[in-house]
Order: sequence, then C-alpha cells, then structure tokens
Amino acid sequence: MTSHALSGGRAASAPLLGHETEPTIFEMSVPGRSAYQLRTTGVPATALADLIPATHLNADVVNIAEVSERDLVAHFTRLSHRQFSVDLGMYPLGSCTMKYNPKFCDAVANDPGLNSVHPGAPAELTQGWLELLATLEETLCAVTGMAAATLQPAAGAAGELTGLLLMRAYHSANGDPRRRILIPDSAHGTNPASVTLGGYQVTTVPSNDRGLVDLDKLKASLGPDVAGIMLTNPNTLGLFEEEITEIAAAVHEVGGLLYYDGANLNAILGAVRPGDMGFDIVHMNLHKTFATPHGGGGPGAGPVAVSKRLVEFLPGPKATRLDDGSFAWVRPSRSIGRVHGWHGNAMVLARALAYIDVHGGDGLTRVAQFAVLNANWLRHRLRETLPAAYDRVCMHECVLTATPLKNKYGVRGLDVAKALLEEGFHSPTVYFPLIVDEALMFEPTETESLQTLEALAEAVERIAQRAIDDPDALHRAPQTTPVSRVDEARAARHLIPTEDAASR
Amino acid sequence: MADYLPHTPAEIEEMLAFLGMDSLDQLFAHIPPAVRLTQGLDLPGGMSEPDVAALFTRYTSANQAKASEMTCFAGAGVYDHEVPAVVKMLAGRSEFVTAYTPYQPEVAQGVLQAIFEYQTLIARLSGLPIPNASLYDAATGLVEALNMAHGATTRQKMVISAGVHPHWREVAKTFARGTGHDIVEVPLKDGLTDWGSVDASNAAAVVASYPNYLGVLEDMTAAKALAVANDALFVLGADPVAAGVLKTAGQWGADIFVGEGQPFGTPLAFGGPFLGLFACTTEQTRRLPGRIVGETVDSNGRRSFVTTLRAREQDIRREKATSNVCTNQTLMAVTAAIQLGWLGTQGLREIATRCAQGAHYLFDELVKIDGVTAISSQPFFREFAVRLGRDASDVLLTMANDGVLGGVSVAALTSGPDPSIEGELDDVLLVTVTERRTKEEIDRYVEVLRKAVGQ
Repeated sequence: MTSHALSGGRAASAPLLGHETEPTIFEMSVPGRSAYQLRTTGVPATALADLIPATHLNADVVNIAEVSERDLVAHFTRLSHRQFSVDLGMYPLGSCTMKYNPKFCDAVANDPGLNSVHPGAPAELTQGWLELLATLEETLCAVTGMAAATLQPAAGAAGELTGLLLMRAYHSANGDPRRRILIPDSAHGTNPASVTLGGYQVTTVPSNDRGLVDLDKLKASLGPDVAGIMLTNPNTLGLFEEEITEIAAAVHEVGGLLYYDGANLNAILGAVRPGDMGFDIVHMNLHKTFATPHGGGGPGAGPVAVSKRLVEFLPGPKATRLDDGSFAWVRPSRSIGRVHGWHGNAMVLARALAYIDVHGGDGLTRVAQFAVLNANWLRHRLRETLPAAYDRVCMHECVLTATPLKNKYGVRGLDVAKALLEEGFHSPTVYFPLIVDEALMFEPTETESLQTLEALAEAVERIAQRAIDDPDALHRAPQTTPVSRVDEARAARHLIPTEDAASR
Repeated sequence: MADYLPHTPAEIEEMLAFLGMDSLDQLFAHIPPAVRLTQGLDLPGGMSEPDVAALFTRYTSANQAKASEMTCFAGAGVYDHEVPAVVKMLAGRSEFVTAYTPYQPEVAQGVLQAIFEYQTLIARLSGLPIPNASLYDAATGLVEALNMAHGATTRQKMVISAGVHPHWREVAKTFARGTGHDIVEVPLKDGLTDWGSVDASNAAAVVASYPNYLGVLEDMTAAKALAVANDALFVLGADPVAAGVLKTAGQWGADIFVGEGQPFGTPLAFGGPFLGLFACTTEQTRRLPGRIVGETVDSNGRRSFVTTLRAREQDIRREKATSNVCTNQTLMAVTAAIQLGWLGTQGLREIATRCAQGAHYLFDELVKIDGVTAISSQPFFREFAVRLGRDASDVLLTMANDGVLGGVSVAALTSGPDPSIEGELDDVLLVTVTERRTKEEIDRYVEVLRKAVGQ
C-alpha cells in the first residue's frame, strides 16, 4: 500500500470486558431502593381507591426492579461493553449495510423542536414536521425515479407488505387481484413471508449459472395470474441483474408489476434508478442506505415509492405541500389506509433527510461508487482464500464461499465467521443466500478505509492458515469474546424467555 | 462537497489499479447503458453539517406544538412522561445505537441481555409468560395478534371493540386486505363496548382495549366470556403504565396482550419510532411473531442469551413464517428496560397514580364549565373525552395561542363517522394528564379552555 497508516485498533482490543457475566437487573434489586425523581406538581393526592372502582385495581404489586441510579448506570454500561457495534469496529454484515452513522444526524433528530412534538397535534401546529416529511418524500422519489411515496412503513418488511397490498389494490381495481408473485431463489426471506401475508402465493424463479434471474425460466413462469415479481437489484449475490429491462418488459407484458426490494439500494445511488429500470414499487431501508443507526435490531424505516399508476392507492394520510406553500394531511383518493399507528418512524425519517442533505446528489453518487469499490477490492483481495461464488465485478457486496476450506480442512463458513470475532471484526452474513454453499456475504460499505479492508483481509488469511494448522481450534472459536459459542439447541428446547421462567 | 468517505485520491488510484481499472465508472460498466443515469441525481449538492443544521431550524421553528412553546395535554396512546437524563444517556450509548440484530451472540450479549430483561418486564406487566423482543408499534402489534389468532383457530372473523384506538383498527383493516380477515367492529354505548350487539360465533379473536381509547375503564369480564363462549382468543390492548396499579391483561384472562411502549422512555417523537409490546400464553409460543431471546449457556457453561425458536422466522421458514418481521424496535425495547429500571416498582406505581389523580382533578374542573360535558359516565384512568359544543379542532387552535396543547380531536383520529362515538364527532376532545403536569398548569388549562369555548 502507498500509505503506511495503521488500520486503527481492532475491536478485539476494545474494552469488551472479558469473560465475567453480568447479573440481571432483577438479581441486583434490593426492595426499597429507587432511582426515580418526579416534578413537584401540587395536584391533590386523592387515594386511588376514591378515583377508580376496586374491581379494576390490582391487588398484587407488579415487581419491576429496585436499583439506585448509580447501579442502573453501571449495569447498562457493563452490558454495552459486551456488545459489538459499528462505532467499535468493522461490521461487514452482508445485506445489512452497516456503514458509519454520522453523529450529526442523531443530533438533528434529537432536537426538541422535532422530538417533543405530539403526533396528534393539529397540522397547523406541526407545519415543520409536515414540510420535513413532504421534502423527504420528494427527495426519495428523486433518488428512486418514482412519482410519490409513503413514509409510514416502520421497516423493510413492513414496506414489502405495503407494496404487495398496493399491488393487490391496483389489480383489484382492474377487476382481478391475481394469485401469484414471482421471487428469485436468491431472495431475502422477508419476501416470501410478506407475499403470504399479502394474500399471494410464491412461485420461485431459479437463478442461472451466472447467479442472475434465468430469463427463459422466468418467462415460462409468467401468466395472467401473476400479480408481479419481487426483485433486489443488485441481487443478494451482489450482482446486477443485467437483463432487467427484458425482465421488466416480460412482466409488464402479462400485466404484472415489478417490486424493487431496496435492501441493496446503497449499490446504485446516482448510478441507476429503480424507476428507470421499470420498477413500479420500491421500498427503501433508510437505516441501511441513509445510515440511520440500526439500534441493535431496529428501529428502521421502510418508505415505499411508487410509479404514477399506483399513487392514488398509497397509504395515508400523507403530508402534502399545498399551492399556498402550507402543508396538510391528505388521503390519496383510493388509499389502502394506514400501515402504521401514526406517521411512520418519524425520527428515523428526520435522520435520513439530514444524511441526504449533507451528501447531496453528488455525495450520494460517491457513496455508491465507494461501496462498490470497497466490495470489489475485498473480493479480489481474498480470491485465493475465500473465492467468490461468482467471480466477476460485483456491486456493494460480495458473496464468497468457504467450500474449499470445508473440503480440505473441514472448516466451515460458520467457523470462519466465529474466528473473525476473535480477530476483532464482526462476522459477515453466513449461509445466505441459500443458493451458495458455505456462503460468506461481505458488505464492507463505503465508510471503511483501505487500511481497515487490508486488516480484515489479513485476518481472514490468518484464519485460513489456522484451518491448516489447527482446524479443531476453529470449531471452538471464538474464545476471546465475552461468551463462547452458545448452546442454541438448549435455548430452543427449554425456552427461558424471562427471569421468572428461569427461576421456576 | 461533504461526506464521510475515507478514500484519498492516491488510494482510489491504488485500489482501481489492483482491480485492473482506471476509473470508478468501470465498476458500473456492466449496467445496461439504457438504464444508466447520465446526469446524476436531480438533487442539490452536498452541504456541511452546520449548513444542514441551519436548514433544519426551518422545520423546528415551524413546529409550534413543541414542548418549549406548548404544555401538552394530548394523549391518544402517546404520553408526555418524564424521561430523565440518565435514561437518555444510557439508551444513547453507541454500542446499543449502532449495533444490529444480534446474529452473533458471542459479541451481542449486551443487547441480548437487555432484551431478556425487557421481556421479563413485559411478561410481568402483561401478566402473560411469553413476550417477544418488540414489534413496530401497538397498531402493527394488533395485526400480529390477529394473525396469531387466525393461526390458532384457522378462522377469519375478528371481533374488535370500537374502544380500540381508531388508528389500530384502521391498520388492522388495511392488512386484512391481504390476509382476508373479516373485521367486525363492536360499537360503544356510554363509552362501554356493547358486546351483546355482536355475533361472535366463529370468531378467531375478541379484541378489546384497557382502558379504551376514550380513557374509559371497561370491566373485561364480558369480553373474556364472549371469547370463551365462542372458542376465540381474547386479545387485550392495554396501557402498560396502567399495569402499575390496575389489573394486568393476564388477570383479565387475555390470551394475547398488545400495547404501546412509548410511555417507557421514548419521547413524543411525532409518532415514532415507538414500541410494539406483545406477549401471549404458552399455548401460542410456536406462533409468536418476530424475535424472542432465551437464556442458555455457552460452550464453557456460562450463562448466555441468544435469539431462539428461530424456526418460526421469515429467514428460515420463508413463506410459511409466522410473521414477516425482521428489523423490529430493539433500541426502544432497551430504552424501556432502562426507563423501567429507573422507575422501579415504586416509581411505576407513582406515575400511574399521579396520572389518574391529575386526570380526575382536571375532569372535575372541566365539567363545571357550561357546555362542557363528559362523553361517558363510566370510570376512567388517565384520559377522558368531553363534548365542547364547538368544533374541537377550532378549540385546539384557539388554545394553542395561549400555549396549551389541549388534547387530541377525536374527529382527527377517525376517518369519518365512528362506532365509538354516539352522535356528532366534531366537538369531542380527548384530554390526558401525565405525572409531569402541575396543578398550576392544569388550572391554567381550565381557564384557557373556558375562554376558547366562549364561557
């Protein structure tokens, strides 16, 4: 490398607090201890029994936990030290786009001018929020090449189901909701699950030997009962569906619609838009593409943008810009109705808009360029150690395979993933997509430096060497993490979902 | 030009050379030219953070309803509770904020244990033994409950009290377009569900709300009996703060509990991200939607936590999964666990009690005003609805001039006439009081409302 810079401390050197387990907050509880402090209100302290009939009052006390503020802070700080995160180190979890989350966007969203506003307040008193939402909708439409969007869906899967209900509404309005949805065999699991909840049946379309949708087999699956197809492009192998215009034409030919699963949108920002590829419905994962943090598993946000012919069916009410420059809640004329209790994950939406504003159109284009550059560099760098399932230019992620390590040394993809944890990196996504044997799906994202990528590659090489020297040790990895491999079978066989189940 | 990219020009050149390329464009050369964007995105150029911050003041200053300008008496499922600095700081720790779903339990014990503690708290507050790790919000949680009831009974009819929040009912109807569920709403009379008016035969679920969205405390014995008589599951949407002093869903005989967890440490946040609470009986465990964390041991025998019963989930069972939920609201669940740790047993009882005291104090004062009448003669907990004799939206805007967010107009929650309200909708106002409202603020509310209704 031209630079002699180091990659920065790997997360293994960060203060993950060794092997000591942390008691639960209930085990720390001492009756009579407390942390809370409330306002002095002066409101008459009438006895509850004088306000509410006895039939409603709980004769028992629901036990929470009784700790001091000091112990509360120590407990959750210790828990936080037992947790890997993007802020701690590289998190190349394929399909999840674990890029750096700018702190600025959190600060903007946490402004009381946004987060102290009640969602049920009249639109006249929340014009700032309505303008923000309307602006974000316009911006997302510009990014995807669509006509209008709903911001209500709280996550990608919620967006998928919303999109399928839009398909159903559209086809029903034309006299027949149709029966089937086509899905490639490489699709995310949420796709088929959403299809069922949308009242449709799944027809799986096989991939060809290039890892792309087999166009001939797709055409053979099409018919007048097909409501549409759900596609990710680039697909879950990180490969661009090069025959997308032919696919779109074939599906549209039978009256079907194209759904774009936006999980991989980070790959194509500013390069190509779903609308230009012929898609009718697009969901976006703002927590991925626009870096709103993933929160340990949520919250996300899964807005859905649509082409012109679907606009009138969108969920509502929507924040809408009026001719006089003010904003109002407006329900699309044939709206399928609400898909969220209020207006969607508003604070996540605000973060995404801040992220987009910082980058602008030019910055978003660079995001995709460097996401793709990093993934290709890593794919090429590791080609001798973990070959790519399909070795050609990929987009923002690459699916590598541990099959050679398995065949030669009995070391599986899961072993490699676990050993990477010892090396101070988060694991890639393992065993997905299902059509690749011993799949390891790396998505480095654009915010990782060349030095970090090189450090990851060297870690993988060390693991490959260990596979030769001492494969059994890899089966036992990781050992340097707060806990070692956990007994998942036991957890499922004897379910202990609560402290109270544990003590029974 | 602003971004968070580390690449220097020299490194870009080096990386491209390694790939045998000489431009970034080559990475995209396999995309068909017919669909390539040639002019880039039609968006403004990038701005520095301070410039974007300045832009955002446009939004924040136009939000008159923010806390610094208005005292909040609005509820409707979203409540202005105390969130102390310690909870904000702990829940804002970047280890929790910037992690993702705990797919690798060896480096995710922090989130996993926090969820386990959250699940324990939800089980106790609901009185039901099998909680999950969170859903998007209460409304979508209700949809999952209906899907669970369908799975348990294979029936399609869902009998839902009109006392269930109008938005939750609307969301249930939206998703019924896909599942084919037949949603039957049961009207309210004097604020109580008229269960006798409905045919619940062949129902998958009987659904009620406790308190109902108008604040009324309904005796749930009748709803439970109706469910039992028809072999349906009893689904109860309950205010989790009420569980500090009132009977839990489990004590009322619920098979499934859903609730809105926003009151536990999450700000008003213009409606999200919130927290869908969910718990059920052990009979329904295999039909649980979303994730659940379980206790186990690691290979060295140490107590550990892991997401479990994974075979139900979408990434494994695909089209046969119990739900399509993947990303949930983990950070809000962790926040709730922290907030409840701060409140403790006594603190939760205290805020529940103070909410009831404040609401009853305000109610007694309001109904003294000429033309202001209660919509129901029934007992309530922390919220109540009154008729103003004038358009409630107009009254709210008038009150806003005096810095009071006077509540939520019921007409704004419904999309047209609603079986929860007998007679006109437009003059009905929903009012709540939390532990944060002082007597002085409540007394002022009474004066401001009196003026707004012209008395």
